[in-house]
Amino acid sequence: MATVELLLSPLPVHVRTARLVGVAAARRARLADELVDELRLAIGEACSRAVALNAAHAPDVPVKIVLRDDATGLTVEVTDAGPESGPPTDPVEELLGEYEVDPRVALAVLMGLVDELDITTTSSGTTVTLRWPLPVRAA
Amino acid sequence: MDVSLDDRQEGDRTIVVVGGEIDVYTAPKLREKLIDLVSAGHYHLVVDMEAVEFLDSTGLGVLVGGLKRVRAHEGSLRLVCTQDRILKIFRITGLTKVFPIHASVDEAVAATPDSA
Repeated sequence: MATVELLLSPLPVHVRTARLVGVAAARRARLADELVDELRLAIGEACSRAVALNAAHAPDVPVKIVLRDDATGLTVEVTDAGPESGPPTDPVEELLGEYEVDPRVALAVLMGLVDELDITTTSSGTTVTLRWPLPVRAA
Repeated sequence: MDVSLDDRQEGDRTIVVVGGEIDVYTAPKLREKLIDLVSAGHYHLVVDMEAVEFLDSTGLGVLVGGLKRVRAHEGSLRLVCTQDRILKIFRITGLTKVFPIHASVDEAVAATPDSA
């Protein structure tokens, strides 16, 4: 098992940093090529959302990202310190609504994009967990 | 990679050529570009996304914002995109129903101006 942990100041520029690290970890773990693009977008969405929430509600708290791979899969956890925000029922309505950018749209994209998605909310923030299967390696 | 933004006029259409990565960091530049064009009276926009390497929901939000602005002037905003990895996020969010998406700039320019 290999683990990478990142702590990012909640600045938009660092979302790119997270994507780059995510892609590097995915390639090292030999995630299938077609899933690497999916992971890149998913980490970007999860981190954009987390950065926006921390920047608005807890600017001194870094966004935490943990990438972990084992024999069966690659897991990415993105933890923010913002208040709970449920996924929108209709992303089009959200996007066409009053606000041009809504963190809930990112969750809607993640729900449509990633098969294995878990969202855990506590009093201190939300952790979005994404998981992709890895090809079985020869013994 | 940063975002690149250029525009040119083809008849009454303004072609906005976008390249690179559109994310939470670069999307404000695209937003500013679209606002500037609409403020200058360009209400029929064709956004050429063939050179876009990455687009997230922040970028979608900016495109929807542009659509709302041109619609306020009875304008149109059409997209040119054939890349499946970019089209995927439009499909996931249902925005394929909101934006006319064309396979080429010529096709977008030839489309009826007031239908989007």
